Amino acid sequence: MIDPKTYKLFSLNNSMDIKRLIESLSSSEKKVIPFLEKYPYFSDLVKNSKLPDIEVHRALQWLESKGVLNIKTKENKIVLLSDKAKNYKELPERILFNNLSEKELTLEEIKNKTNLNYQEINISIGLLKRDNLIEVIKDNKNLKIKIKNTNYEKKSPEEQLFLRIVEHPKFFNGESFTFDKLNDGDIRTFENLKSRGLVNIDTKQERLAILTDLGRQLVKEKIDLDIIEQITPQIIRNHEWKNKKFRIYDIKSEVPTINRGKRHFVDQSIGYIKRIWLDLGFQEMSGDIVQTAFWDLDALFVPQDHPAREMQDTFYLGNKGVMAKGKLPEELSTRIKKVHENGYNTGSKGWGGKWSTEIAKELLLRTHTTVLSAKTLSKLKKEDLPAKFFAVGKVYRNEALDWKHLFEFYQVEGIVVDPYANLRNLLGYLKEFFRKMGYTDVKIKPSFFGYTEPSAEIFAFNPVKRQWVEVGGSGIFRPEVTKPLLGFECPVLAWGLGMERIITNYYGISDLREIYKNDLKQLREAKEFLM
Amino acid sequence: MPTINVNKKEFLKNIGKKLSDEAIEEKISMMGVAVEEVKDNEIIVEVFPNRPDLLSEYGLARAASTFLGTSKGLKKYNVNESNYVLRVEKTLENWSYAVAAVVKGLRLNDTKIREIIQIQEKLGITFLRNRKKGGLGLYPLEKIKFPVKFTSELKEKIKYRPLEYPKVLSAEEILEKHPTGIKYKHLVQGWKKFPIFIDSKNTLMSMPPIINSHDVGKITEDTTDVFVECTGPDFKTINAALNILVTALADMGGRIYEVKCVYGKKTYIIPNLKSEEVKIDVDYIKKRIGLDLKPYEVSRLLEKMGYGIKKKGKDLFALVPAYRADVIHQIDLAEDVAIAYGYDNLKEEIPNVATIAEENKFEVFKRKISNVLTGLGLLETHTYNLTSKENQTIKMNINIKCVELLNSLNEEYNVLRAWMIPSLIQILKENKHNEYPQNIFCSGNVFSHDSEKDTGIKESIRLAVVLSSTNANFTEIKQILDSLAKALDFKYQIKEVEHSSFIPGRIGRISVNSVDIAYIGEIHPQVLENFNLEMPVAALEINLSDLYGLIIK
Repeated sequence: MIDPKTYKLFSLNNSMDIKRLIESLSSSEKKVIPFLEKYPYFSDLVKNSKLPDIEVHRALQWLESKGVLNIKTKENKIVLLSDKAKNYKELPERILFNNLSEKELTLEEIKNKTNLNYQEINISIGLLKRDNLIEVIKDNKNLKIKIKNTNYEKKSPEEQLFLRIVEHPKFFNGESFTFDKLNDGDIRTFENLKSRGLVNIDTKQERLAILTDLGRQLVKEKIDLDIIEQITPQIIRNHEWKNKKFRIYDIKSEVPTINRGKRHFVDQSIGYIKRIWLDLGFQEMSGDIVQTAFWDLDALFVPQDHPAREMQDTFYLGNKGVMAKGKLPEELSTRIKKVHENGYNTGSKGWGGKWSTEIAKELLLRTHTTVLSAKTLSKLKKEDLPAKFFAVGKVYRNEALDWKHLFEFYQVEGIVVDPYANLRNLLGYLKEFFRKMGYTDVKIKPSFFGYTEPSAEIFAFNPVKRQWVEVGGSGIFRPEVTKPLLGFECPVLAWGLGMERIITNYYGISDLREIYKNDLKQLREAKEFLM
Repeated sequence: MPTINVNKKEFLKNIGKKLSDEAIEEKISMMGVAVEEVKDNEIIVEVFPNRPDLLSEYGLARAASTFLGTSKGLKKYNVNESNYVLRVEKTLENWSYAVAAVVKGLRLNDTKIREIIQIQEKLGITFLRNRKKGGLGLYPLEKIKFPVKFTSELKEKIKYRPLEYPKVLSAEEILEKHPTGIKYKHLVQGWKKFPIFIDSKNTLMSMPPIINSHDVGKITEDTTDVFVECTGPDFKTINAALNILVTALADMGGRIYEVKCVYGKKTYIIPNLKSEEVKIDVDYIKKRIGLDLKPYEVSRLLEKMGYGIKKKGKDLFALVPAYRADVIHQIDLAEDVAIAYGYDNLKEEIPNVATIAEENKFEVFKRKISNVLTGLGLLETHTYNLTSKENQTIKMNINIKCVELLNSLNEEYNVLRAWMIPSLIQILKENKHNEYPQNIFCSGNVFSHDSEKDTGIKESIRLAVVLSSTNANFTEIKQILDSLAKALDFKYQIKEVEHSSFIPGRIGRISVNSVDIAYIGEIHPQVLENFNLEMPVAALEINLSDLYGLIIK
């Protein structure tokens, strides 16, 4: 933003500058300039120039930046007619008097005729009676009024002031009647009117433009209105530009923002992450969010009494306390059953105990994208090897939403199915991925995940923050996982990375909830995912 | 995952090596536990569930001393002969096994007693799955008269003083009043008979897996000799748990004595601390890790992880310690070899293998649509598939069936969405303070019941566009649809329908090749009022999964 106090395009010292200054004036500025000397107040400028508020506002700002004027704020007390007085246009006593004649009228008749309220009528009667202009007759319980003296020429100070306020805008181009126009004597009269609820005072912050020396010089100059503002097809077609001047623009002035269409930053990041795996020769996996526990857990050799299956960790489907269930693949589930119970043909001893199909049928929201890997393996044939797959997909954990927990988030999944795959390859793929994500180094530490052996926790080094960040888990699928799914033995490297963790680092977000807050202002202003 | 607190001085004394705090953190975490914190005189580590043998100060020191090289190979534990007998009457189907051992010569103090309780508790929580798979108990030996019997009793007949309770209670009362009883009563819910230990004088010792008797089952600083038992539904599991506890007691300075566990005609000498012999497949291990290791190197690395090594002819066998319950496959040996080698010593390698990349075609389709929409000046948003039933139905002035979650912690997210527009209107509601026009879109999953599917749930990807500004109207939103139709080269039909979320007469059903794929219209002011909105909204929702099927051949 240009600071008008220090930045001045033009100075008074150079007479050439006045010429340039005039050439730089926009049409709004030119329209405002003739009124500046007489009407410093913003509202008066709007009224007199007959331009929209916003145009006057902008013109003043531009003129200020050119050193023509200074915009100040002043607090003004403005005298206003009250709402009811605005309808009267005259003082109530005058209205009452004008509606009276020799004929006696009841209060009710007066009210109907004048539209004054009873309070106003009573006050007016009092005033008129005091000046002996009317006669009040008591008839039974009713009061009746008739005129006594038709000569009511003399205007009271109240009436004089009231009319001044009413008529001020008419004589002064719609300008407001300000409190400082009242002299000492007027003020007492004003208080009387105020106590009768006929006038109010409104305090207004009013902006006003005070001309500088340059400004005072400028308003005296003849300003040529016939110069080219926006160049138009007509001007080009008719060569109108040939003998005219173009207005000089202030090319440094700020312009209004355009809100462009754009992708959500999470989707931009996903796009980039996908691109990396594609560059490394991986195929994309996709699939359903609702899964049976069989595919999400049992097929991955997660024991049926594992704590991860408990209600507080996993979202289950169902209604009114009744668990919803799905169908199991018949042939595969008998194999998985044997693997759990005794290891089957995997060379393992299994978990022992009984494996329950009912537990495996439970429907849940996938807790990891590894379920997609399990499904992919179950369809893979020996002749498709070696094969590499990835997925970036939503996963669910039954957690209360807070700054470091989301219940719905993304996992970056990858598997490498290759008879010669080993732990060093796993480290190789991960290092390459994180290098492309802007992390300079990756290290792994021993860890435990039920379906991988060896298992490793992944840490990536953020060179900007100079710290290791925990980014996910990895390992080689256990034979108890791969053999029943593939139907043959083959090592499968696997990893699951937390995507939000990687993104928050890039965007400097510390509260995970910010990612899916959809604050449109933030989204409009968010930087592109530049990598 | 469970954490344990370890006395740093004791730990370092036990492994016989001086280490800086940094070295402890670095080395111990490469051994296969996560070091949470190293403090003045305390180490806090997180133990992974596959290594319950590390759940004690002594277990951790045992593993660390071979890993760091102050000792080597299999640690030997002597089991002394004895005449102690436990008779096991298999009277309960779901809690039928019991094993026991005796440990003598313990010099207990307050710290050691707390350590014993920590092992017992952590094993109970993790390896024994909150006592579902078994319960452990310890008793001062001098209070017990052998032979001891594990049997069961009708719950009405059980009466004793539970541990740390001022008076005698019935079994029912223990489950209602005693803190441990309350905590674990779900384990014996519905049982008519409860498992019990009684000694030869008919003293009731305990009611597993709930609680010991205060009179004969309380360990104090005066206790030197203990009777240790483990009961549960699976013989293998309770043996492993007993072995872990007994070896920790031996490391604490105790001498282990056998107990003859008599199951009718069959007698088991417990604890069985004989290590299991597993043949080492050196090739397999080499291949999995990607290291060219010689057999002797594999042996040396396994010894570093506490295994013994035995040679029979050309074959190598690993002697798996009796406290290691997690070694069930050759791959488990491979992992231990890798850990001993050091994950930090592994050199990464991307194999020179050609595979062909392929992006999911539907994802490509979706991305192209998003690009068309951003080209039209629309802002993409990203919303949860979980939402509230109220937003989907009541607030939208419509009755739609949603797929419900059984156990959501949050009312605001208790169903899977059936349609997308409510998610976007919710965004408008939360952005009333921001600049208009608010022209936004989002794609996401919607869910409905479908008995054809294995899960009974059909999932589709849909796109929603909403335009909100003073001049948002049917024409504006239809222009968006037309742009999409041109970009994706499809023709659509539109017919008038009724839909109570939209203004009547300004809502259309869109179909492609006679398949309904979209709604388009102006949102009903009643709906806007329900979301406290004062700005007109025009909306479009397209089923992208169906559209993809119709136009991509």
